[in-house]
Amino acid sequence: MVLSRGPAAPTGRGGRRSPAQPAPAPLVAAKAIVHLLALAPLSLLAWRAWLVARGIDIDALGPDPVAAIEHELGQWALRLLLLTLAVTPLRQLTGQPVLLRFRRMLGLYAFAYASLHFAAWLGLDLGGYWRQVFEEIARRPYVTAGFAAWLLLLPLALTSTRGWMRRLGRHWGRLHRLAYAIAVLAVLHFWWIVKSDYREPLLYAAILALLLGWRMARRLARPRTSARPEQQQRGQGRGDAERGQQQPGEP
Amino acid sequence: MPLRHVPSLPDSAVTDETVYRARRRLLGAAAGAPLLSLAGCAEAEPPPSNAVVTPAQARSGFATDEPLTRYEDVSRYNNFYEFGTGKSDPSEAKKTLRTSPWNVAVSGECGKPGNVALEDLLRGIAPSERIYRLRCVEGWSMVIPWLGVPLADVLKRFEPTSKAKYVAFTTLADPVQMPGIRFRSIDWPYREGLRIDEAMHPLAFLATGLYGKPLPQQNGAPLRLVVPWKYGFKSIKSIVAIRFTERMPPTAWNRLQPREYGFYSNVNPDVDHPRWSQKTERRIAGTGNRLRADRIPTLPFNGYGEQVAALYAGMDLRKWY
Repeated sequence: MVLSRGPAAPTGRGGRRSPAQPAPAPLVAAKAIVHLLALAPLSLLAWRAWLVARGIDIDALGPDPVAAIEHELGQWALRLLLLTLAVTPLRQLTGQPVLLRFRRMLGLYAFAYASLHFAAWLGLDLGGYWRQVFEEIARRPYVTAGFAAWLLLLPLALTSTRGWMRRLGRHWGRLHRLAYAIAVLAVLHFWWIVKSDYREPLLYAAILALLLGWRMARRLARPRTSARPEQQQRGQGRGDAERGQQQPGEP
Repeated sequence: MPLRHVPSLPDSAVTDETVYRARRRLLGAAAGAPLLSLAGCAEAEPPPSNAVVTPAQARSGFATDEPLTRYEDVSRYNNFYEFGTGKSDPSEAKKTLRTSPWNVAVSGECGKPGNVALEDLLRGIAPSERIYRLRCVEGWSMVIPWLGVPLADVLKRFEPTSKAKYVAFTTLADPVQMPGIRFRSIDWPYREGLRIDEAMHPLAFLATGLYGKPLPQQNGAPLRLVVPWKYGFKSIKSIVAIRFTERMPPTAWNRLQPREYGFYSNVNPDVDHPRWSQKTERRIAGTGNRLRADRIPTLPFNGYGEQVAALYAGMDLRKWY
């Protein structure tokens, strides 16, 4: 899918693309709110962890704090990942291109939570048992899937800057389609540790199926012939920087 | 009459955990007579969280001097899917289980089958305390002071015949008392089983209490099995039926995932769960900093090899996991 589709896109992009020009106040406010919301679970978790660590309330994270921390961070990583993937369908449904301006931050928060999740497993849970760490990554499908998801998130996080968008050009979109695979791996990672009650991972799997299904349906519905010229149009019509900011491709 | 299921209970059964711990410390100090002169120094240090274990107890495996898991943790971190599949679901569930009257139906290859009231099942058997390690198949472990009776003492009452090669246990499955039953996470009722020689082993235990108190609902009130050398799910809760059988009885987790959960399910660091490692475990015990897991190596038979390994002489434990 291409951003310039739909009448709203050009106007939405107008006036705010030059780096020198500040973003409009409502957008700044909205971004601040999203930042706060994305940081809230982490802050609450950190607060509870602090209570436990200082011995003020050793029950703040329940009987198995390490498992609680891992689970909480992992769940938020997955939720944010799915939220990131929901941006494009939501934009298409609402015709609000401004939504795209939240996609990168959501994706980066997903990466941050995933990294903390991985770090908690390494440092708090398996700390010191390095052989077991490698064994688990290599031999336990659920760990392998989780690790692969995190590893694939790395290049996406690193290339999320404007500079990298510009440098990679049209390859940027292709690269960032990895997000689909990452989400599948993340759901599998959750699915494979469950012993018998699959309701929770099933919910995430259903949401992911919906998000990916939406894209597939759009792709199938769109006549092939019309897709081509449109893409060419985009390539010619815009400067690299502009295209970079508008985030080519549709992960 | 909260302690009705534990007849002729020692006084320790009615004390709360703090007193319980304090007394155990005193006992420990008294036992260590040569160390009495150091008692003043010991005062300043963090108190040991457990008692001194006599050599006989150590040999029997009936007690351990490892730090205990707090009552709050034992009673709030439970796998008891009859009350929900989350770890805190069972402790947060309404107390809907009617533990009195409680009957246990005993049947199968035995001389004296019957439907027995819990009081009669336990009558005349002196309650005792066992401090056992509990290793969950999920990779965490606890150290729990149980109160109860040896399983063998109870089973012998029903005079199992020579055909009784196994003992099967069943948990109550009442959707009214157990809200989790409505969701089919397990093919209800929950079932477990032991080979008869396992069941008759002195370490196999029927618990009616923990920390000197009656078992909370979430820990399997009013009567549960404790088999410390096997993964926790073998220690079936809220038992309503015991059956002596000639054939290996079906067990709940084995039916659900035969490749992942065997009938024996002895704790074994050399046989991993197909999806995760069993080499180490996260010990949940004591009151120290718990933000970093207390990860320790898992021992064969959960450290009870000296007592139980002979039961499996000549068996390939990789095959009979």
